[in-house]
Amino acid sequence: MNFIQERLLGGKNGMIGIAILAALIFIILPLSLDLFRLNLVGKYLTYAFAAVSLVLLWGYGGILSLGQGVFFGLGGYAMAMYLKLEASDPVSTKIQSTPGIPDFMDWNQLTELPWFWEPFNSFGFTTLAVILIPGVFAFIIGYSMFKRRVGGVYFAIITQIIALILTVLIVGQQGYTGGINGITDLKTLNGWDIRDDSSKYILYFINAILLFGVIFLSRYVLTSKFGRLLLAMKDKEDRVRFSGYDVSNFKIFVFVLSAMIAAIGGAMFTLQVGFMSPSFVGIVPSIEMVIFAAVGGRMSLIGVVYGTLLVNFGKTMFSETFPEFWLFLMGGLFIAVVMYFPNGLAGLWDKHGYKLTNCIKNLQCFNVVKAFVDSKRTSKVSTAND
Amino acid sequence: MGEYTTQELVSIFAMQGFAGISLFSVLLLMALGLAIIFGQMGVINMAHGEFMAVGAYTTYLLSAMSEKYFPGFIQYYFIFAIIFSFIIAGALGYLAEFALIRHLYKRPLDTLLATWGLSLIMQQAFRSIFGAREVSPTLPEWLLGSYQPTETIDIPLNGLFVLGLTAAVTLGVFILMYRSSWGLRVRATTQNRVMSGAVGINTKKIDRLTFALGCGIAGIAGAAFTTIASTGPTTGSLYIVDTFMVVVFGGAGSLLGTIASAFSIAQGQSILEFFISGSMAKVITLLTIVIFLMMRPEGLFASKVRK
Repeated sequence: MNFIQERLLGGKNGMIGIAILAALIFIILPLSLDLFRLNLVGKYLTYAFAAVSLVLLWGYGGILSLGQGVFFGLGGYAMAMYLKLEASDPVSTKIQSTPGIPDFMDWNQLTELPWFWEPFNSFGFTTLAVILIPGVFAFIIGYSMFKRRVGGVYFAIITQIIALILTVLIVGQQGYTGGINGITDLKTLNGWDIRDDSSKYILYFINAILLFGVIFLSRYVLTSKFGRLLLAMKDKEDRVRFSGYDVSNFKIFVFVLSAMIAAIGGAMFTLQVGFMSPSFVGIVPSIEMVIFAAVGGRMSLIGVVYGTLLVNFGKTMFSETFPEFWLFLMGGLFIAVVMYFPNGLAGLWDKHGYKLTNCIKNLQCFNVVKAFVDSKRTSKVSTAND
Repeated sequence: MGEYTTQELVSIFAMQGFAGISLFSVLLLMALGLAIIFGQMGVINMAHGEFMAVGAYTTYLLSAMSEKYFPGFIQYYFIFAIIFSFIIAGALGYLAEFALIRHLYKRPLDTLLATWGLSLIMQQAFRSIFGAREVSPTLPEWLLGSYQPTETIDIPLNGLFVLGLTAAVTLGVFILMYRSSWGLRVRATTQNRVMSGAVGINTKKIDRLTFALGCGIAGIAGAAFTTIASTGPTTGSLYIVDTFMVVVFGGAGSLLGTIASAFSIAQGQSILEFFISGSMAKVITLLTIVIFLMMRPEGLFASKVRK
């Protein structure tokens, strides 16, 4: 019991935070939103996986990856390839010149399935691939970079270049990847229709449960000795190295772990949205994931979920009503968060939240308001801070 | 390559090589500014591409104005456009450093995010002012046409002009950085900031001017860019990653490295583009550089900066 409370939930305060978030995601949002909006929330929550992965990597590890979209995309594409193969059985694709291969391959004059698509006929392989392909890819990148002590802005730029390479590759190799349109028209998962209403609800809840699982796992990792070392590395890397730890191995581990977490989000994205395209892989989505984490609070596993939801709601709302305004707002948000609230929403809550809770606890709200009104009336500068 | 004769291959290499020269010029001008800023302050300026776009739009505005009000001036406006691009982009850079960057020197990763935000705002500003459509200035006649040394080789004049401009700017930067007392102070600050402050160099002022200079050079890159392609609100962001690559590949803080790396990236991409599709040429170029950087993170020419 102690283990669960201290290591997974993060003590008493952490428990309250988790409970509020769980109530919001599992009860309030499903009851108050229609299915279309709930599906949107489900989509946003898949980005929250990437944001959580950035808490580990960037918030605690101090390693900024501008390529989380790569791992999100690899996970998403792995799932999409499986679903696409299932959707393009010989019967439903009999009008193609080569039945049984995905439609975009047929449009690009491919006559047989490329070898790397073959294993994606198996659900077991696909489930493993969703996690392992991004993990192995992250390991290769991490190994070659961190062993040579590449870090900081260099690492950020190289991950960004990798995001660019992958997008250009996917868009360019249309016959193998579906090109700029991505892999579309996904219908069923092992015969289960993923597009009808009940499955949308089920997928939303699976996604939410997985997200909490990932948050618990991350909390477990961060409260372990490894988590402490990670923080120590961020502040004084050399000192950790001189204490006899192999810093690069820790960095590789956290990079691989974060890649896998982001990839789960990608796979859930494909399942809930019903397609995957290069526009969720490249430079811009990768940076947006960083801003979700920054707005929510790069050191807070719970905060980033709120950050992700808030930024995405804002984006949807503004791009529906004032599309030209959105980029100004987004840009301003980047600057404001970085300059004035480096710890994001979670930081604001830590700093000022206790006032609210105290206020509710002691029913002092009235007094506070009264004091405020008095101070205005006498037009004196109020010296009371709380 | 079997189906080409040797002479055809030579012509292909010469012409694609020359097409690469235009790309090289723009990349080098962009990278010079970025390298100065990165080498000097360790700051990654994600809005650098937008400062280039400022230069490009300045050129477009001058062209449109001289076309409308002083038709006789159209032959000469381009020279002024280069100067104005430098001044306007530099002034904006000065402002950005004052308002934004100087507060974040201790957090280089955060600068990256803040300047990305700045780039979003600038992109939207371009879109609101100039529209989403791509624009291009009317080029003076002396920039049009081409030079034909042999029958199969055809070299456009604007490419030659941009190459000359790039050479002049590079020379200017070299003299400024390595032959002037101001450059001496900049280099001293790069090598040891605290000690430079101790001997009486105003490092904050140096930072601000260096940042403005880097942005100003990006403005010149924008003016040069208009002779090659048309400018849209997202033009800058298309070039920014390539420019970073040039800086990192060349080795930050090394002028020679930046030139060599801009040259090899532009040429590699341009020559490959003739034989395979453009996107694959880009993938191969980028991938080669990433692999190279994984083996040699300090880049082509490592600078001897004490960290």
